Amino acid sequence: MRTNTVTLQTIWSRGAIYFLLIAFALYFLMPVYVLVNTSFKPYTEVSIQRMWELPQGLYLGSFAEAWSKVSPNFINSLLITVPAAIISSFIGSINGYIFSKWRFRGSNTIFLLFLIGMFLPYQGVLIPMVLTLRTVGLYGTIPGLIFIHCVFGIPITALMFRSYYAGVPDDLVDAGKIDGCGFFGIYRHILLPIAAPAFAVVLLWQFTSIWNDFIIGLVVLSNPRLAPVTVAVQNLAGSFTTEWNIQMAGALIAAAPTIIVYLLLGKLFMRGLLAGSVKG
Amino acid sequence: MSNNRKFTRRQTLKLIGFGAAGAALAACAAPPSAAPAAPAESKPAKQPAAGGGKLEIFSWWTSGGEVEALEALYKLYREKYPNVEIINAALAGGAGQGGNMKAVLETRMIGGDPPDSFQVHLGQELIGSHVKAGRMEELSELYASEGWNDVFPKGLIELASYEGKPYSVPVNIHRSNVMWYNVKHLADAGMEKPPATWDEWFAYAEKLKAKGIGALAVAGADPNFSAHVFENILVATLGPDKYLGLFNGQTKWDDAGVKEAMGLLLKTHEYAQDGYQSVAWGDINEVMTSGKASTMIMGDWTHGLFLSAGFKDYHWAPAPNTNGVFVALSDSFGLPKGAKNRENVINWLKLCGSREGQDAFNPIKGSIPARTDPDLSKYDDYLKETIEAFKTNTIVGSIQHGAAAPQGFVNDYDTVVSTLLASKDVEAAARQLVDAANAAGLSG
Amino acid sequence: MAVGPTTLSTTAPRTSRRHLNRDLLLAIVVLTPSIIGVAIFIYTFIAWTFWISTVNWNTSVIDYTFVGLRNWERMLGSFRFQMNLRNLALYALGFMSQCIIIGFLLASLLDQRIKGEAVFRTIFIFPFAVSAVVTGVAWRWLMRPETGINLLFESVGLGVLKSKWFADPTWGILFITIASGWQFAGYVMALYLAGLRGIPSEVKEAAQMDGCNTWNLYRHIIIPMLAPVTYTAIVLTGMGAIRVFDIVTVISGSGQAFSTDMLAYHMFEQMFTANRFSLSAVIGAFMIILSVFLVVPYLLSVRKEQER
Repeated sequence: MRTNTVTLQTIWSRGAIYFLLIAFALYFLMPVYVLVNTSFKPYTEVSIQRMWELPQGLYLGSFAEAWSKVSPNFINSLLITVPAAIISSFIGSINGYIFSKWRFRGSNTIFLLFLIGMFLPYQGVLIPMVLTLRTVGLYGTIPGLIFIHCVFGIPITALMFRSYYAGVPDDLVDAGKIDGCGFFGIYRHILLPIAAPAFAVVLLWQFTSIWNDFIIGLVVLSNPRLAPVTVAVQNLAGSFTTEWNIQMAGALIAAAPTIIVYLLLGKLFMRGLLAGSVKG
Repeated sequence: MSNNRKFTRRQTLKLIGFGAAGAALAACAAPPSAAPAAPAESKPAKQPAAGGGKLEIFSWWTSGGEVEALEALYKLYREKYPNVEIINAALAGGAGQGGNMKAVLETRMIGGDPPDSFQVHLGQELIGSHVKAGRMEELSELYASEGWNDVFPKGLIELASYEGKPYSVPVNIHRSNVMWYNVKHLADAGMEKPPATWDEWFAYAEKLKAKGIGALAVAGADPNFSAHVFENILVATLGPDKYLGLFNGQTKWDDAGVKEAMGLLLKTHEYAQDGYQSVAWGDINEVMTSGKASTMIMGDWTHGLFLSAGFKDYHWAPAPNTNGVFVALSDSFGLPKGAKNRENVINWLKLCGSREGQDAFNPIKGSIPARTDPDLSKYDDYLKETIEAFKTNTIVGSIQHGAAAPQGFVNDYDTVVSTLLASKDVEAAARQLVDAANAAGLSG
Repeated sequence: MAVGPTTLSTTAPRTSRRHLNRDLLLAIVVLTPSIIGVAIFIYTFIAWTFWISTVNWNTSVIDYTFVGLRNWERMLGSFRFQMNLRNLALYALGFMSQCIIIGFLLASLLDQRIKGEAVFRTIFIFPFAVSAVVTGVAWRWLMRPETGINLLFESVGLGVLKSKWFADPTWGILFITIASGWQFAGYVMALYLAGLRGIPSEVKEAAQMDGCNTWNLYRHIIIPMLAPVTYTAIVLTGMGAIRVFDIVTVISGSGQAFSTDMLAYHMFEQMFTANRFSLSAVIGAFMIILSVFLVVPYLLSVRKEQER
């Protein structure tokens, strides 16, 4: 359902609109230009003074070296992020469903508590995190890390799905109940089939947060070799000096999957937002 | 329109397939967990079969010369113990030096899952933390059996010890009070020798200022850099004995010598290179190699960094007024209680303290061995000079790099320097340092 | 498009009411594992943080001696913490306003039936996919006073616009919000775009017919109707501001005299560099208290909207 914008067009002159959009696009692309530019240069050409200059040739060695240093952790990140994003999205879809369609006494308070939990500064609770995980035997394992990401994702995924489902008329749910659908039936037959856009929003958010996480993965996995790709990119910088071309190439490699996920989910993602997935 | 929102059957199946595949992949590809939950810390963990097992070495050495030096040690280790799998767990970056590595280390130590061995600065950085907390094994037996008591300088063993027992094995020594200078600039200013006192340095600085060159390279974005400079000015104004007194209560932190040092620190920053406030520690070498500044007071890891940057027009001298004093810092390895592969760690420590090990590690790292009997042929000019200096000079510990004072104090010290540079209030800074010293229990 | 909840049909037959109670029970049961997970992994951790802030654990030696609010006094009175608060206020201001204003502006522009809208949209939202560390690295380069954007300004004759960026001793922290705003504004834009698309055209047409010009249209109709989106944006950006860590670490660290020091960075350093666990916990507990102030008004506003 597109907004009819014909009348507004005369106010916003087309020229001004395109000018502004292009100006902002350049602004948004500027850092990308720096990243890409530097990663195609060999170390000898990298100079802060000459950062705007294009590379003298398309040097691929930085990418090759960055990849060789980063690839084991890249695989780790995939093993961690894909299951964690998918599982936490499903959990959120059920919880969001409960909070929006099965309100009971105290469910709003619980929801409030969930939301406050979203703000936990995880850098400050690394120690109890390790102690707790060790107690349940999940410390140092990838399933353990997936578990922690799912738990930390409970609040935000519930929030997003709840907002989305709020847009589904309760009449629909009531009709389902009259038809004899129970709790799971309504979820399976009414809400889940139309939830694709919401999944897109939540998956994108969760995938990005988990993929870009650094310190939780590092601490839970305890061994830097098992750590996610963000750690490997950090390690491309030495303690006293940095080879910028390799670090930026590594950063681009690390950023690729999230961009790919967005490109794949893009349309659905916009539809999900349109349906109010984060509107509250 | 409702079609747009529905999951097609295909989409649903795809999603479920992804989830299942992902979970299956994670389950079978997940490497065996790092360790089964260890039993109570006092009992040693179950030991692997003799001659095998792993060795997890934790450090923040991730760049160039550091990694290669570590590899050299690993190579020697593998020759001796081929069945041991060495896990090089190195971590860069984070807040402060080795911030990320320290975060993981602290969490693991307190959480009861210590790495087999970890790089730590010799001295109070270790003593004041894990030793006092009872998490490290003492090494006096090892020191005796390896003959280290005769081969490490007494001052160094004292730094490494708590209640008379050493707790870590120094693998190298770095010197903090080195002044690196640009020989071309010196020659252009008509000077034959680099400045040896602060008066001479300021005279030189004036000449440089007239030419628009910075006299002191400063990484202003990182106050710890200036804190490093400050400790060497402290040594200059107090002399080694009174400097040592700062850590046992004999010298007060509001002593006239300390205040003089603060004044000098502020004055040197007036001659820092243009735009120094935004330069980070990691980029400081470019300031020197590009000739924007003429001298830099920094530890001697700088030597290796200059070499790898291809910089040739430099030489070195003790920081002004500190000739005869060696402000030392040392990287060392210890033995945490409950290390999973205790045998392997002990062998590692033996290698670290051995002549062979130190002579393999140090030339690449750009530091000098802690032992007093190195094979001099392996070391370049700078290192040979420094080895000589280490033998004859008075040794004191670096503050900034964890030798002389515990970490809580170092953190306060850094805060005071940072505040001092902005406020220029020497009196307030001195008072803050006195408070910090009391809080850290440095008052004897 | 969001329809308020209707009351449950009162004409439901008796049998389904029993089913209803059983289903409600089922709902609670299904929710319970999440409740337990959150209770253990979030709330016990929060409790741990508050507890540790009241004991004497300020060295590597674990010490659980209760000392009441002494750590709180020490931390709240410290210069560095006060700088943190000042920086947080500036950062929140800069970050939130950039995201919301730029996000709204871009969404309004894109809502005008643009050719290549998908391309623009992708360009604006793509920074969200990039990690904070990478964002920091790129912007650190751009904001270095002796090169980067300053160099660009000079080469086009706009040398007068040069500044010290993040190295500015007073406003450095505001400049850092440029980097984080760059990263997140696109996401807020997507939220607003969806919100704009969700406003029925009849509403806009009716207003136009009543003689509304564009400015008033936006001010009196569109912006108020987008209030829920704005609230969500405020919560998300506020959350980002309180917890910001990576971007500050990479771009500037604490800065001179703590000009760019932030709460999470301070907490990290206290805990792992200075081993002052209790003081660090004070900062953590404080961050949680701040977040309550952010979340509660948001939820109240959501409740109000539901009751409409």
